[in-house]
Amino acid sequence: MSLDLPATLSGASGCRTAPVLKERGQREVFCGLTGIIWLHRKMQDAFFLVVGSRTCAHLLQAAAGVMIFAEPRFGTAILEEKDLAGLADANAELDREVARLLSRRPDIKQLFLVGSCPSEVIKLDLARAAERLSGLHAPHVRVYNYSGSGIETTFTQGEDACLAAMVPTLAGTTARELLVVGALPDVVEDQCLALLAALGIGPVRMLPARRSADLPAVGANTVFALVQPFLGDTHAALTRRGARHLAAPFPFGEQGTTAWLRAIATEFGISDDVFDRVTAAPRARALKAIAAQSVELQGKSVFFFPDSQLEIPLARFLARECGMTPIEVGTPYLHDALHGPDLDLLPSGPTISEGQDVEKQLDRQRAARPDLTICGLGLANPLEAQGFTTKWAIELVFTPVHFYEQAGDLAGLFSRPLRRKALLQAGAQA
Amino acid sequence: MKLTLWTYEGPPHVGAMRVATGMKGLHYVLHAPQGDTYADLLFTMIERRNHRPPVTYTTFQARDLGGDTANLFKDAARDAYARFQPEAMIVGASCTAELIQDDPGGLTEALGLPIPVIPLDLPSYQRKENFGADETFHQIVRHLAKPMPRTEAISCNILGATALGFRHRDDVAEVTRLLALMGISVNVAAPLNARPSDIARMGQAHFNVLLYPETGEGAARQLERTCGQPWTKIVPIGVGATRDFLHEVAAITGLSAAVDESALRLPWWSASVDSTYLTGKRVFIFGDATHAIAAARIAATEIGFTVVGMGCFNREFARPMRAAAKAHGVEALITDDYLEVEAEIERLQPELILGTQMERHIGKRLGIPCAVISSPVHVQDFPARYSPQMGFEGANVIFDTWIHPLVMGLEEHLLTMFREDFEFHDAAGASHHGAKAVARAEPVEAGVLHHRTPAEYLDKDEAAAVAVAVLGAPVWADAAERELKKIPFFVRGKAKRNTEKYAADRGVTEISVDTLYEAKAHYAR
Ligand code: SF4
Ligand code: SF4
Repeated sequence: MSLDLPATLSGASGCRTAPVLKERGQREVFCGLTGIIWLHRKMQDAFFLVVGSRTCAHLLQAAAGVMIFAEPRFGTAILEEKDLAGLADANAELDREVARLLSRRPDIKQLFLVGSCPSEVIKLDLARAAERLSGLHAPHVRVYNYSGSGIETTFTQGEDACLAAMVPTLAGTTARELLVVGALPDVVEDQCLALLAALGIGPVRMLPARRSADLPAVGANTVFALVQPFLGDTHAALTRRGARHLAAPFPFGEQGTTAWLRAIATEFGISDDVFDRVTAAPRARALKAIAAQSVELQGKSVFFFPDSQLEIPLARFLARECGMTPIEVGTPYLHDALHGPDLDLLPSGPTISEGQDVEKQLDRQRAARPDLTICGLGLANPLEAQGFTTKWAIELVFTPVHFYEQAGDLAGLFSRPLRRKALLQAGAQA
Repeated sequence: MKLTLWTYEGPPHVGAMRVATGMKGLHYVLHAPQGDTYADLLFTMIERRNHRPPVTYTTFQARDLGGDTANLFKDAARDAYARFQPEAMIVGASCTAELIQDDPGGLTEALGLPIPVIPLDLPSYQRKENFGADETFHQIVRHLAKPMPRTEAISCNILGATALGFRHRDDVAEVTRLLALMGISVNVAAPLNARPSDIARMGQAHFNVLLYPETGEGAARQLERTCGQPWTKIVPIGVGATRDFLHEVAAITGLSAAVDESALRLPWWSASVDSTYLTGKRVFIFGDATHAIAAARIAATEIGFTVVGMGCFNREFARPMRAAAKAHGVEALITDDYLEVEAEIERLQPELILGTQMERHIGKRLGIPCAVISSPVHVQDFPARYSPQMGFEGANVIFDTWIHPLVMGLEEHLLTMFREDFEFHDAAGASHHGAKAVARAEPVEAGVLHHRTPAEYLDKDEAAAVAVAVLGAPVWADAAERELKKIPFFVRGKAKRNTEKYAADRGVTEISVDTLYEAKAHYAR
């Protein structure tokens, strides 16, 4: 299969026009609060203050695991009975808690008030609170607000809501700049910047930035590329600021990374010669690493439960670069402007489903008997106990998986469970 | 509003999930937003359950708010009944649904399902996980258990074990074994592994054994009222408590409390001379009240530690906790704020912490050994091997668990004696603590005491402290520094801190050998 061509142009047809199975029912997903866990690592002078209930605090604790013991820059202001009785009091309480927090942590420059289901339902106006607190603590601290509630956001959408909330406050510029949008582990971000620099593309800005002082500016000459497929609202907010989106497949695997870079290189008029010279070596490395890691994946079927919106680009990677056959690709949300380029490249065949009715989806999964099931932690062990092989999806969000140098690791994340199953079965028979 | 990072307990509906997940044939329909399904992974990951918790969430979203959520709940309840065919159902709301004020009980009743439906009222903004479990089990018992004729042979129910309970699985097995030694059979152990139909026949037992007051006391009182069953007040954790428990059971049943103790090893292990060094080791205890109170008794009377502080995070049990602490001559710390616990541990500088997962991390941060005695715990405390806390085998398990993190007696002695030895020096560390031992690099000339600069032998933190000392804190005289160096490394940090504080408090600017020993005398209690 040719490297950068859509499946439609290379013989097989893609999934962009495939009918989408839309389902409503019980969802087995995290809420957007979870995004705090990686966002606070990325934004080093930011604190994330959830205004919510004990449930929200407990969720963060369960999802953050051992990170909770490392004095993380997040916490939950737990609503109490008296806060529910009068919103005026709730605002006064919030101001007091924030003042106390900021005096304890003078290193904090950005404070995010993160809305939760309870704060949304009682209509606690955190946007107003953020404005008020921004005034009170200016210029040292800037206070933002977004919602990570389960009634409005699913898992990685928390990052989208956070970044989208920052966009209107970014400085304006008329400079022609490339903005790369989406939180990446530092090591991956550095690789991305090095590749773009080698291509001669710059200046390049990042959103989110590691520190508030490095926040990008945005304007009509800004073009932006997304590195994460769940940034629909951020995409809209940047478009409203006049910036233009460079549609591209997401940089997973050798093909995804190449196509992503190609879209940017084309925009900036980089010659094919330069492009090939810069990418040849890392592409070869990626291909070699994928080949080594994907032996167990060839010819196997895969079933995705919805989780992070990474499902479609990952299914594309597994289908095109690891020889797998996707049976169903579930995503919590499908966004044509974002997922379209990857859908073009995903060979037709799988059911594309949006939303979830978990019981029905489990019935389909059982009937399909996939070789590998990608799902959340609430489903993984129960499915393993039924004899299925699973890969828990959250790791795909927490682990460096983007761009060339991680392509082998990415394939490895999927092949390890199969390799392990084979090992244990061989051991049991010996 | 209260700023919180770590919570010892989850919200009350997680307590209800612990009851539902522990049981079989029961289904929980929970009115909750989509993200609340996170709680499933506590059971599938931390407890490694091989099935999904029997919980249907309505997972309502923002667009459902308004008239729709009540219907959503009804549909969810109807579908859950059709799919899972449970013997009984519990229904309730999580914190968010509590605010939208649908009435899960009334809504399900309107469906007219052919099974008992038990509504739960769990105030999320006031109460927590343990209350949720206790209240849920209480309501299940209240709805399903009826007075019945007693079994012919003497039998009892075992109350309080749930899913996600600290060692509940093995405690039930151990207590069942103990009771069998007395000739008592178990009628129903619940909620863990019981079915609603089992709950319905709880009335035929002669009495109840309450294993965990936190999660079973409401049910015990209910059964006492409706079925006239007495219940045990002593929790059999530790040798003494187990024997007292057996006597309590004997008093209830008229059977003999004399049972076979041949597998009980804690008393001899503790009496053997190898354990002498444990005498008076200062221990701080924190957890749920039941486990903390039991641990204090074992620590003080069965192992010979000194209890220097104790407390619990569950306010419901503040009263018995205060009384127990008083008996040990300390004041109870009742708090659910881990920062307060940390401050107390820092102040007391115990030699061992017995606590929850949180205290383990505090211990790690402060360099103090720790063993886990109570929920909340992580995956490693749901072990594959048999490891009860209760009964005689529980006592054996406890002895091993608590002693293990301490540097062993002989090792402590040798480390002190040969601390200047080139390959058995302080920095080599204790053999079983994971770090690689390194032989000291610099040659020591025979007969010449090798003097090193503070920076050479102090670790990074200590060197930083020395740097700070330059800026006004008390300064160590050379001789005092050499003397400090002779103190075993695992208590040296504490000695150093104490001495500096002692000096600072008295305006002493240069610490001499005398200051060091004066401070030592001052803090020796
Ligand atoms: S990894 Fe699991 S067991 Fe370890 S701290 Fe995190 S949640 Fe607990
Ligand atoms: S789903 Fe809502 S109530 Fe639950 S943890 Fe997330 S924000 Fe909090």
